[in-house]
Amino acid sequence: MEQFAPVKRSKDGQPVQYLIVDDSVFARKNLGRIIESFGGQVVGEAGDGLTAISEYDRLKPDIVLMDITMPQMEGIEAAEKIVQKTPEARVVMVSSVGYQENIVAALQRGARHFVQKPVKPEVLYEVIKYVLGEDGVVANAASAGA
Amino acid sequence: MKMELIQPFINAADAVLSQGLQSPMSIENLSMEEEAYRFKGVAAMIELSGDIEGRIIFDLAPKTAARVASHFAGTQLPETDELVREAVCELANQVIGNAVAVLNDQGFKFRVHPPALHTSEQGPKSTEDTEALVLCFDTADGSVYMNIALRYHVSSSMAARAGA
Repeated sequence: MEQFAPVKRSKDGQPVQYLIVDDSVFARKNLGRIIESFGGQVVGEAGDGLTAISEYDRLKPDIVLMDITMPQMEGIEAAEKIVQKTPEARVVMVSSVGYQENIVAALQRGARHFVQKPVKPEVLYEVIKYVLGEDGVVANAASAGA
Repeated sequence: MKMELIQPFINAADAVLSQGLQSPMSIENLSMEEEAYRFKGVAAMIELSGDIEGRIIFDLAPKTAARVASHFAGTQLPETDELVREAVCELANQVIGNAVAVLNDQGFKFRVHPPALHTSEQGPKSTEDTEALVLCFDTADGSVYMNIALRYHVSSSMAARAGA
């Protein structure tokens, strides 16, 4: 898999921490591989919206990657509940069901961005940088292995 | 079944499989079947309800499923790995999600239900649909079958619009 210049947290230079939420184990593993190619760290996983809320509270990751169609509680509702409690939470929806109505609903209810599946690493990479804004910094190649 | 319903699924399968397998694919065979469907290997069935209702089955022979899943995972997976079945479900999700996005933006409203996994090991299970379009996609990893049985919902206003 293509390697990207690592994106680090600007406050402490540490890897960006991610919570991956998807009911498919395969999708979670796939996203995890992509995140690692960005120099990120997967600190937690959840298979449904309810677990995502409790895992967010426990782990306080920098970014949540959230699927939409899931059992128990769907991703848009979970994103809304996370953002209601923690307005600074950065939730990026990652779903194959990328129709306009869904995208608008997700953004209106607190998601910061939307990425269509199948995920193109280069697209997610740009979205991550955009969503982190000044809280993220792209490390140069020399410091990547440090 | 109308082609306007089917085409988004063909386009989505082409896009998802070509990207995931990083090689071109082609439609090897296309046929209408009226008999109950028998699963060929590892199959994910997804039901739709709303303006358009019915189901779509993604079906791969076990060896093909393992090869395709390995390609998507970026690591070699044995046929028996649970991830192979997960990969087929996720593949179906992605194809159907992409097609549904196109149809939804055209004004059709429906719900996509979570995929149900079936395997040929479970015996000759079949669905009760009477008419389905069966597409066989030829990929570098083997044949991928997509069985589509969709119809306009009878009471839907979209049916009137579409002239069904």
